[in-house]
Amino acid sequence: MREPDNIAQMKAILEAALLTSPQPLALDDLLKLFAGRMERATLRMLLDELKADWMEKTLELVQVASGYRFQAKEAYGEYLSRLNPERQPKYSRAVMETLAIIAYRQPVTRGDIEQIRGVAVNPNVIRQLQERDWIDIVGQREVPGRPALYATTKHFLDDLNLRSLAELPPFEAFAQSEIPLE
Amino acid sequence: MVHAINSLIKINGETLSALPQDLYIPPDALEVYLEAFEGPLDLLLYLIRKHNLDILDIPMADLTVQYMTYVDKMKAINLELAADYLLMSAMLIEIKSRMLLPKPAAVEEEDDPRAELVRRLMEYEAIKRAAQRLDAMPKVGQEIEVAAAYFQPVSQMKPPEVNLEDLVEAWRNVLKRAKLHQHHKLGRAELSVREHMSLLLRRLSKTPVLRFDELFDVAKEGIPTLVVHFLAMLELAKEGLIRITQQDAFGPIYVQASHSS
Repeated sequence: MREPDNIAQMKAILEAALLTSPQPLALDDLLKLFAGRMERATLRMLLDELKADWMEKTLELVQVASGYRFQAKEAYGEYLSRLNPERQPKYSRAVMETLAIIAYRQPVTRGDIEQIRGVAVNPNVIRQLQERDWIDIVGQREVPGRPALYATTKHFLDDLNLRSLAELPPFEAFAQSEIPLE
Repeated sequence: MVHAINSLIKINGETLSALPQDLYIPPDALEVYLEAFEGPLDLLLYLIRKHNLDILDIPMADLTVQYMTYVDKMKAINLELAADYLLMSAMLIEIKSRMLLPKPAAVEEEDDPRAELVRRLMEYEAIKRAAQRLDAMPKVGQEIEVAAAYFQPVSQMKPPEVNLEDLVEAWRNVLKRAKLHQHHKLGRAELSVREHMSLLLRRLSKTPVLRFDELFDVAKEGIPTLVVHFLAMLELAKEGLIRITQQDAFGPIYVQASHSS
């Protein structure tokens, strides 16, 4: 197999790999494509160019927590969703509030969640979030009972199109005292 | 609930001349509301917002009364749910009584007993907003479609190695088989109608009457054999060696040797 010797060829290889990968590809994955003959800086530059190349097309190259992936541009989402009428149902408020507490206050124990929400945590809620691979146990708090500490996963960031937790809307933005009723 | 409202309505210390439009909740609707609450903090927040109370200056007496009305209703509907709410009502009553007690001068700088409740309410409210925001964010599987062009990984269909010798060997095999094939054809030429006439008669000598379709082994024999077999049967009939009979239209056809009857 001949190694690519020009930029266009290298970009084409990156493009093929990213388009066919079922999950985001990290820089280290992409480096493998060139058998160690590529500098990280060059790779980043090529990815930027590739991103620009696709600007006018239906897909866009985005960077999420686990790496780079192609996804349909937002404008097509509404149409594409019609192809798959069996969408996941929305999560209950209990699930979303629990997720919000874990996302913004992690790592937290079940007790912390109960303290903030003022109600007992339904084990079902934690299970749903674990099954979705949005949260996992990252350790135990060294107190009696050694309760599990929950945190959000990379997969959660990927699914929400985020590169890191820092990209979540800042928590302070929600701490207002005047909030209209739903 | 509506009976509890007397002619003089005071909200947050101010007298209202008319009943606020959004204050009355029909009892049936209350049940729906209760199921919608995510716990005592959620219910408290609702009451505070619904009645335009200042979260930083909660009138404990009013709030406690309103809260207890809901909790009483809730106990009638769902005892299990009420546990968390009862705990909260105990806390509200405690705060209320502490506020009612005259403060000795020595502890004048004591913190407002509502401070902890307000802190928790504000934190919960922020989490509630954050949850709504997370819910509204586009997600993979909902609003985000990830590209996944089809690609059959090469490792799963790596072609086997082939060299010249393999190719030569393969060609030899083709030639060998072609010869066998030819040989077979010669064999076919021996499938004479006569031979089949004998076969048929031999079978009929063992079993005097056979059904037409029993004479043809469709599963085992190829079409040429079947055709020759059929021709043999016609030939036998023509020569008067067998009789072919059918009782009625579309009924079974029977074949028997002429001499057997």
